Amino acid sequence: MSDLHAHSVSFVRTETIPQSAPPMTASGPLRWGRENLFATPANGALTLVALFAIYLILSATVPWILNGVWNAGSLSECREILNGTKGACFAVLADRWDQLIFGYSYPADEYWRPTLAFILMLVAIAPVLFFDLPRKLLIVTALFPFVAFWLIWGGTIWTPIFALVGFVVGYFVYARFVTRSFAIGFFGGIAAALATWWVSGFIVPTLAPEEPFLSSVPSRDLGGYMLNMMLGVTCVSLSLPLGIALALGRQSSMPLIKYLCVIFIEFIRGVPLITLLFVASVMLSYFFPPERTVDLFIRVVIMITMFSSAYIAEVIRGGLAALPKGQFEAADSLGLDYAQAMRLIILPQALKISIPGIVNIAVGLFKDTTLVSVISMFDIIGMIRGPILASTDWAGLYWELFLFACAVFFVVCYGISQYSQWLERRLATDHR
Amino acid sequence: MYRLRYPKVSDQPPINVADYQEEVTMNKSVLFGAMTVAALAAGAAAAGTLDDVKARGKLNCGVTTGLAGFAAPDANGEWKGFDVAVCRAVAAAVLGDATAVEFVPTTGKTRFTALASGEIDMLARNTTWTLSRDVDLKFDFVGVNYYDGQGFMVPKELGVSSAKDLDGATVCIQTGTTTELNLADFFRANNISYEPVPIETNAEGTQQYLAGACDTYTTDASGLASTRATFENPGDHTLLPEIISKEPLGPLVRHGDNEWGDIVRWTLNALITAEELGVSSANVTEMTTSTTNPEIARLLGSEGTLGEMLGLDADWAKRAIETQGNYGEIFAKNIGEDTPIGLARGLNAQWTDGGLLYSPPFR
Repeated sequence: MSDLHAHSVSFVRTETIPQSAPPMTASGPLRWGRENLFATPANGALTLVALFAIYLILSATVPWILNGVWNAGSLSECREILNGTKGACFAVLADRWDQLIFGYSYPADEYWRPTLAFILMLVAIAPVLFFDLPRKLLIVTALFPFVAFWLIWGGTIWTPIFALVGFVVGYFVYARFVTRSFAIGFFGGIAAALATWWVSGFIVPTLAPEEPFLSSVPSRDLGGYMLNMMLGVTCVSLSLPLGIALALGRQSSMPLIKYLCVIFIEFIRGVPLITLLFVASVMLSYFFPPERTVDLFIRVVIMITMFSSAYIAEVIRGGLAALPKGQFEAADSLGLDYAQAMRLIILPQALKISIPGIVNIAVGLFKDTTLVSVISMFDIIGMIRGPILASTDWAGLYWELFLFACAVFFVVCYGISQYSQWLERRLATDHR
Repeated sequence: MYRLRYPKVSDQPPINVADYQEEVTMNKSVLFGAMTVAALAAGAAAAGTLDDVKARGKLNCGVTTGLAGFAAPDANGEWKGFDVAVCRAVAAAVLGDATAVEFVPTTGKTRFTALASGEIDMLARNTTWTLSRDVDLKFDFVGVNYYDGQGFMVPKELGVSSAKDLDGATVCIQTGTTTELNLADFFRANNISYEPVPIETNAEGTQQYLAGACDTYTTDASGLASTRATFENPGDHTLLPEIISKEPLGPLVRHGDNEWGDIVRWTLNALITAEELGVSSANVTEMTTSTTNPEIARLLGSEGTLGEMLGLDADWAKRAIETQGNYGEIFAKNIGEDTPIGLARGLNAQWTDGGLLYSPPFR
């Protein structure tokens, strides 16, 4: 048989052809370009137009940035150095760096305090964001607000210590009574904490030393990007639990709680943030005597927190509505009470669904902290629009300063959004 | 996937403070007035502002959030400027320490409430003295530290030396402001024509003017001067001598505490009188002992009891002049012709030099 076959064909290849690279046009960047950039004539034309547009933008900006001046004392000095050529005057960033970051009146010798608080914040926030880290790090997170308060505002250390004691006392009361009833434990805990703080109001002044270890810095002296970070971090972390409570309250079967939540959410969502800020800065000062007014920083934190918690509540309500009714019924049939059902079954799923929405609100909130510049707080935008552009040295510079503000906000906001995408992948339990 | 777009918190229209500031103060005046009454009723029973300031050891002075030459913190965070000097002079007179001032930056929107609510003791924030602010908002303007008015800026190459030569010119003008009305009045009164180029903000006006979209740019003269100071070649542009509206800017205090108002008023007057009488920060110490002019002696406290009448010590005015200089020195240092702002004295010269500065006598 094999002989026959051997004679029926003239040539038989005994080995396979060695693999060779595909032709140039069908592989690598050329193929990618042909398929994606020049697939059709229309496609090709659009590509050329886009390339030209990119060229126009880059040819205007790249030399401007590369030719930038980093060492000068004023805008006119910059212009002298540039000598008619086009170039950015980044010297303003170097000259006013401290003011952009810390504001104009934070004592320069104390810059290490907010810097240290910032580093501690990264440590404190890590176990919350990445739950693979050891749980013991959460102790740092719990202590962080008090330490950061002490570092940034300074003054006697007893204030944050007694604030912490109040929380601890509240927790023990809660833990003691929660077995009897959640409501007794919850409200008993709050009452105990308030009582502790009220008492400590009398003790702290007697304990406070004349010269505290860290000199006291009033809220008015806070400013720059530090202020944006402080407002952003404080308000996001406060508005998340408040938002969850509001979302659950809105679904409550108790009419009083339900309508209180509905009215709060709808009212807050119905007014612009800027009006709330004006109420905080302007109106409230009418209702307090000048010497006993609530700190402006706290007033602003309350208003921004209220605002974003109303939005977060609606996002979480969407998450709750997306859960099948069976989940609620399953929790009931297991004999779980309301708090257990929410904690163990409903909220973990609802919050997972709500992540993109919550992150969206958080990013928006962080950027909205720049609105405080309108009520004469010197955040980074306030610093740029006020003192820096009003100085005789730097008046007339816009691009460099606002580009810098864009850049620092972009870094944080892009980071938040990347984290949320990672979190979604990490929590994905469905099969897609 | 959950790619729904949720309503974004930042979806509100951007807000431009400068555009709203005049409007808001006017529209809200009734509300503010009503609330001020309540605040004052509560405040009237309390101790006087002077006692409060002395007890606190610091003067709370409202200033702008930053206006070149008038008030702005420098690179070291120290407030400097023409309005700032008034605050410091009052602090020097009352507390004996020109640095004992807490500067409270205010925006156009927050300035009046800050004063009415008692957050600040006085406001020195280039605020125009008008009837409604004085009467309806219940403030007392204690005087005028800068006579501003609407002016014109032209490129030098245009070869114009007077606003009356601007017949047929294109004028960059902010829409919906009093400057627009003032401009129309001025050109009609002088029977010449112009072509308006409407703009929205000062930044836009600057751009349009530099791009040659208009022959001349008009707004408050001090604003024109500080805008010009930011130009690449400020020397190529000139401000015309005509001022076509009245904008008297001055410090103000709350209604109802006349003793405090007197102190601020006479501190300002002391600075002005000092220039008129030739007393400066350089010679004030020497003058105190050696002067033969009785008014200088009364001003500096070496004669008479003027300080006592105000509830201060005899050296009050001397300290203010010593630390800040007289009016002319303050002007020259912050906004005068040798500074980048480069304002001429003009209306702000002493009455003896043909200006409007005229302090009542120290007697």
